[in-house]
Amino acid sequence: MAATDIQRTIETVFRIEQPRLIAGLARMLRDMGRAEELAQDALLVALAEWPARGVPDNPGAWLMAAAKRRAIDGLRRDKMRARKHEEIGRDLETARDTSVEDMEAAMDDDVGDELLGLIFTACHPVLSPDARAALTLRLIGGLGTDEIARAFLTSEPTIAQRIVRAKKTIGQAGLTFEVPRGSERAGRLASVLEVIYLIFNEGYAATRGEDLVRPALCDEARRLGRILAGLAPEEPEVHGLLALMEIQSSRLAARTARDGSFVPLPEQNRARWDHGMIARGLAALDRAEALGGADGPYALQAALAACHARALTPEATDWPRIAGLYDRLRTLLPSPVVDLNRAVAHSMAFGPEAGLAIADQLAEAAMLRNYAPLPAARGDFLFRAGRLEEARAEFVRAASLTRNEGERRFLLGRAEACGPAAMP
Amino acid sequence: MRMMVFVKATEDSEKGVMPTTELLDAMMKYNEELVKAGIMVGGDGLKPSSAGKRVAFDGPGRTVIDGPFAETRELVAGYWLWEVKDMDEAVEWVKRCPNPMFGPSEIEIRPFFEMEDFAEIVTPEIAEREARLRAETEGR
Repeated sequence: MAATDIQRTIETVFRIEQPRLIAGLARMLRDMGRAEELAQDALLVALAEWPARGVPDNPGAWLMAAAKRRAIDGLRRDKMRARKHEEIGRDLETARDTSVEDMEAAMDDDVGDELLGLIFTACHPVLSPDARAALTLRLIGGLGTDEIARAFLTSEPTIAQRIVRAKKTIGQAGLTFEVPRGSERAGRLASVLEVIYLIFNEGYAATRGEDLVRPALCDEARRLGRILAGLAPEEPEVHGLLALMEIQSSRLAARTARDGSFVPLPEQNRARWDHGMIARGLAALDRAEALGGADGPYALQAALAACHARALTPEATDWPRIAGLYDRLRTLLPSPVVDLNRAVAHSMAFGPEAGLAIADQLAEAAMLRNYAPLPAARGDFLFRAGRLEEARAEFVRAASLTRNEGERRFLLGRAEACGPAAMP
Repeated sequence: MRMMVFVKATEDSEKGVMPTTELLDAMMKYNEELVKAGIMVGGDGLKPSSAGKRVAFDGPGRTVIDGPFAETRELVAGYWLWEVKDMDEAVEWVKRCPNPMFGPSEIEIRPFFEMEDFAEIVTPEIAEREARLRAETEGR
């Protein structure tokens, strides 16, 4: 194999092994930053040794053994021998003599749990959602800081600093990298799901810039969701979130026109939906419901998305069912945004006046004051009710509020369709 | 990137020789690894080609051909659907697969066409033709 080929192979193997490697080391050392450094050290050793001897049969166990050796050397050099370090050192000493096979067996038992522990720690509520997202993409997704920066439309130093600070916070909080059990688990899981959905949404509904979607982030979020579903298959909301992301992703190709403008759901060419993803999403939703999770917030949102996915034409959409699902969702996630969607659903199920009645109550909500979708929805209700002059004003206002160029063009187009503005 | 990963047939698989429990066990472990890595999206095994049929096309003609089919090594015995970052990652994961057959065998990796690929095919002549067609339809 040519030198560049083997180097690429090693880097790919490392990319696959990195999350488990860091997970195992972090659990052992209770230090995320050190775990990451040791993993990088192990990569350097592999790059030096594998070209001559070939990629070992179990590269994961090999890399772990190399990282542990470096950890021991580091601890030996370390002058400050705190008690904690001595204990860990002793553990490592005993681990050192075990064969690769033993270690491999031990890894097989533990690896899922360790990785899950790392995910829970990277998504710990002591961190801000942005910090959690950056850390999760770095450690579990294996993305470089440059890639994360590009995904979040920010600078590389900003992301690098965010990650450094997050690791420091985790260290100071003395987190143990364990999988939370018992009463703590539900809240911590919600925090993990929130981060994965945040990553997904950053990709799906890019709020700034020219791109309406950055599909790579959606792919990454779905992958994280699948990893989580593989590690914690008994949690209904994990399947609910996965279902939601699969069904929403199925529309990625259909929701952006060739000129980059946004195509709203009723106008999308449904033949361009990814029906494989829809099938997987519906299957995941079935699992969530079978596990007793039909009323979880993600499962409910997935059920909503599924109503659209099942309709072969916009006319076939079961709007009364959607309106009913929103009625349930709003008791669970009381938010003006949910209420706004509920208004849209009621307008479709029971007429534009029903939608306007709900939307009018929302006009006062401070959170929605500069929220483009509210005037956009009101514009639509008014348009359908034949109140074109009022509709036009709402669309213009919505266009002035959106930060997305494609969406702005779409809204101005709808304003124009209301006919010319009345002369003042 | 979505990849279709084909397990190619062998004489044994075409004869319907069932895998040993050890192999089934190893395969199950491997599949679990794929799931935990978040790359497994789907997959299944296929019956030997003796259970299959082909439809041959020649102009307006359609001829149904019953299996089994020759050229064993070109036949497919099973498949996975994966979502990976790139071809390198797919290759590394395939290398980790236990040999799915008793003798020598092959696994083939084929990337799907993605949105970007079609964007290239669609421009510019097809796009122009479609725009013209749309203008004509709307002008009616």
